[in-house]
Amino acid sequence: MNMISPTRKRLVLVGNGMAGIRTVEEILARAPGEFDITVFGAEPHGNYNRIMLSPVLAGEKSFEEIVTHDRGWYAANSIELVAGEAVAAIDRDARVAQGEHGTMRPYDVLLLATGSNPVILPVPGALLPGVIGFRDIGDVETMLDAARQGGRAVVIGGGLLGLEAANGLRRKGMSVTVLHLMPTLMERQLDPVSARLLADDLRARGIEVLTEANTKAIHGDDRVRALELADGREIAADLVVMAVGIRPNIALAKDAGLACGRGVRVDDAMLTSDPHIYAVGECVEHRGQVFGLVAPLWDMAKICADRITATADSVYEPGVTGTRLKVTGIDMFSAGDFLGDEGTEEVVFRDAARGVHKRLVLRGEKLIGAVLYGEARDGGWYFDLIRNGTDVAEMRDLLVFGPALAGVAESGVEALPDTAEICGCNGVSKGKILAAIAEHGLTTLDAVRARTKASASCGSCTCNVEALLALALGAGYDSVPKIKPMCKCTTHGHDAVRAAIREQGLRTIPAVMRALGWSSPDGCASCRPALNFYLICAWPAIYRDHARSRFVNERMHANIQKDGTYSVVPRMWGGVTTAAELRAIADVVDRYDIPTVKVTGGQRIDLLGVKREQLPDVWRDLNAAGMVSGHAYGKALRTVKTCVGSEWCRFGTQDSTGMGIALERMTWGSWTPHKVKLAVSGCPRNCAEATIKDFGVVAVDSGWELHVAGNGGIKVRVTDLLCKVATSDDVLEYCGAFMQLYREGAHYLERTAHWVERVGIDYVKQRIVADADGRAALHERFLESQRHMQADPWAERVAGVEAHEFRSLAVVE
Amino acid sequence: MDGDFAQAAWHEIGSVDDIPRLGARIVRLHGEDIAVFRTASDGVFALHDSCPHKQGQLSQGIVHGESVTCPLHNWVIGLADGRAKEPDEGCTRTIPVRLEGRRVLLGLER
Ligand code: SRM
Ligand SMILES: Cc1cc2nc3c(=O)[nH]c(=O)nc-3n(C[C@H](O)[C@H](O)[C@H](O)COP(=O)(O)OP(=O)(O)OC[C@H]3O[C@@H](n4cnc5c(N)ncnc54)[C@H](O)[C@@H]3O)c2cc1C
Ligand code: SF4
Ligand code: FES
Repeated sequence: MNMISPTRKRLVLVGNGMAGIRTVEEILARAPGEFDITVFGAEPHGNYNRIMLSPVLAGEKSFEEIVTHDRGWYAANSIELVAGEAVAAIDRDARVAQGEHGTMRPYDVLLLATGSNPVILPVPGALLPGVIGFRDIGDVETMLDAARQGGRAVVIGGGLLGLEAANGLRRKGMSVTVLHLMPTLMERQLDPVSARLLADDLRARGIEVLTEANTKAIHGDDRVRALELADGREIAADLVVMAVGIRPNIALAKDAGLACGRGVRVDDAMLTSDPHIYAVGECVEHRGQVFGLVAPLWDMAKICADRITATADSVYEPGVTGTRLKVTGIDMFSAGDFLGDEGTEEVVFRDAARGVHKRLVLRGEKLIGAVLYGEARDGGWYFDLIRNGTDVAEMRDLLVFGPALAGVAESGVEALPDTAEICGCNGVSKGKILAAIAEHGLTTLDAVRARTKASASCGSCTCNVEALLALALGAGYDSVPKIKPMCKCTTHGHDAVRAAIREQGLRTIPAVMRALGWSSPDGCASCRPALNFYLICAWPAIYRDHARSRFVNERMHANIQKDGTYSVVPRMWGGVTTAAELRAIADVVDRYDIPTVKVTGGQRIDLLGVKREQLPDVWRDLNAAGMVSGHAYGKALRTVKTCVGSEWCRFGTQDSTGMGIALERMTWGSWTPHKVKLAVSGCPRNCAEATIKDFGVVAVDSGWELHVAGNGGIKVRVTDLLCKVATSDDVLEYCGAFMQLYREGAHYLERTAHWVERVGIDYVKQRIVADADGRAALHERFLESQRHMQADPWAERVAGVEAHEFRSLAVVE
Repeated sequence: MDGDFAQAAWHEIGSVDDIPRLGARIVRLHGEDIAVFRTASDGVFALHDSCPHKQGQLSQGIVHGESVTCPLHNWVIGLADGRAKEPDEGCTRTIPVRLEGRRVLLGLER
């Protein structure tokens, strides 16, 4: 058995999640190279920050952003990752872990970190498709898919998970109802008063909250259709999310005969009933307690690593944990015993107008619990008082007003002792952060995150970490730019710059830079093209395009290739061509000796390898046959793909080709924040792939379905359904309005997919579908802009515009 | 600068007005392309038209300050010294260049 590396011990981790991988990290830090490590993970990818699934669902983060350990990390640490294969059995006698697909790995030490499973209520219909839990990225994908169809979601459970799910689904455009069994929300973290404030805040966001709602059954035939309450009420639902609790995932441990209660039983060393098997994370039960937040898991990871590497005899002791709700705009914090009993006293502060409620619970001279709602900035300070059992008698009167008034000289983090925990998720103290800043000369939040992991998980301590940076660096640290600046030349974000252009009537790039205090004399390659576009969009009739602020392809009206030659793609309206056009292309290819002719993925023909000085001639000959630039090089309208449609196809319901040509005639020549692609399919078989386009049209018997914000590129995104319209005139108007809304609202280099994810499909629907006058006005602004844009750039250059681009200045032999 | 290139012969290649501000023109020199840049304040610089990264044509890049951003992969190259800005590393050869009134002169080795 020991043939491979006889000296190293074999460690097998079951469960590629937060607790398990943290333990492995702690082990690597203590004893690098001591173990041959294999990690089994049931999920098919590396490790990610599960906490951040809520922001992913809400569209505030992408999945890539929450991946904490990609495959490269495992490779770099010589760890074998068996992803997508759960461990099905543990042979404790032979000491072998056995994967469900047959992978066998012997071990000297086995670490169980299988997490927990969502509780699924035992009601009829609970297993119908469309009923899910909220635990992993697969669940989030299911929810996002459902949200793209719009419709109704019901979330069962008004705790942390349920409310974060509800918020995400609402932000993704679904109508959402939260059902909660108890009289008030989050009863395990909030007192009734703050719970009511929370319910009001959620309702104001358009989330319906029903308390004392007991689910009796879920109805539907092949998928969920409605949900029935015990009082007989029925609620329509296209998606049901069960967030009623979690249960330690102990099936494997139980089968292997390990001692289990609610969780896998571990002692203070995180050891199970088998001396070769440790367990950490939500799957464990320690002194009768089970877990549901990450903070205790980090402690477990340290103890467990100490023990596995035999570097210290540390013991695990559970501590208080604090909770924050990750719903952007809702500020709450809760920790310890916040309800109290006969032996406790409470201090309550209330500012109804601002929606602030604070409740502190004291036993004797000590703070034992706190709930803050509406203003939770001081959460960390209270948390620290609770954890350390500080005597608060002296400041008792002013305690509720926070450290600023409670007699502690400075307020906020300055006031905290070095031992105070700043990042609850990762257990990082103030002292540790300050030491890292000093030792490594850190100056940015990201650098602190990378070094210490503080604020790298749920992010709710970010303001405190920034305050520490400010404290350490003084004026050298500028924490203000919460808004991402356009580029290094400015502190202003895209939206602020666009607003200034409009409101201050700025009409040239230098004028914008002057008015907004650009730090570089003429910007950079990142801001200049953006400003050029913003100005074109704001002042289509008067702005003079600044060629020198365009990327080479847009300046040359051809795509530069890696060898410095260019490609030429003439427009083929709706993908339709003629013998005469094909003949003209063939002649051009022969005449200029063009090396490659290729049919593109956009239903037209690409001539590749054209030399710079040949471009005007090639264009002239193509122009002569009636062909114009296809803008294959631009942040502009690219192609309109079509299928044959009702004219020929036996399934076609409408003339999709004709519709596509009409759309391309209307939209060609427009400059946009990023490229824009359209497609029209003649029936739902969708041969033109309209549902991955920026604006896709699918014909149906009774009219046209309009789909928006698809993307077939780096990350495929299926469109959201905008609406259905009856006539081809409607299609043109909605398309023009959508183009203009995108042009006016998106940041430069933001595809429609990303823009819609940022602003929400609801917003787009409200501006384009619900508001008929607004739609007509947008469409009209688009057409007005097009009046100035629809001139063939090739013809202009053939006529001599920017002729210097295509000729050398001098030739010296 | 003149002193350093005492050996150079100055060759007139055209007027500074032939080069767009914040742009470049190409001069074909013994079969090789030289990019001659003009900044916003009419500074004129000449570099071999080849990025130290993968030979992108610097003449086709976006000029800002005294730098040009390569059109192929966005390296930023200093016009005065031909050096890639951090974190990239590499250098493009510079060619001496001089203005006489509006006339642009390139220094060519004898
Ligand atoms: C020529 C063509 C490939 C082909 O031979 O078929 C092509 C070629 C290039 N694509 Fe593409 N794309 C081509 C169809 C597509 C398609 C398919 C489609 O349009 O149906 C896609 C996926 C659809 C989409 O955009 O959502 C596509 C997704 C991309 C992306 C990823 C965009 C994204 O948002 O993720 C890039 C990179 C970018 O734009 O930043 C890209 C960039 C490029 C560039 C411009 C790379 C570059 O900067 O040099 C290539 C230019 C080559 C040239 O000089 O012609 N190309 N590219 C296709 C031209 C279509 C046309 O007629 O205009
Ligand atoms: C949406 C959401 C939001 C949250 N927000 C917060 C928050 O704000 N603050 C907070 O403190 N906590 C939060 N939590 C809880 C936190 O994510 C968990 O406490 C933590 O992830 C538990 O870590 P773990 O390693 O025990 O389990 P997990 O991270 O779940 O990892 C267990 C892994 O083991 C895998 N596995 C299970 N069985 C097997 C097997 N037999 N073989 C192989 N692999 C197996 C599972 O697929 C899973 O990938 C949140 C959880 C969710 C779902
Ligand atoms: S996929 Fe597109 S960008 Fe990538 S090599 Fe092909 S043409 Fe170029
Ligand atoms: S060739 Fe210039 S950046 Fe790559």
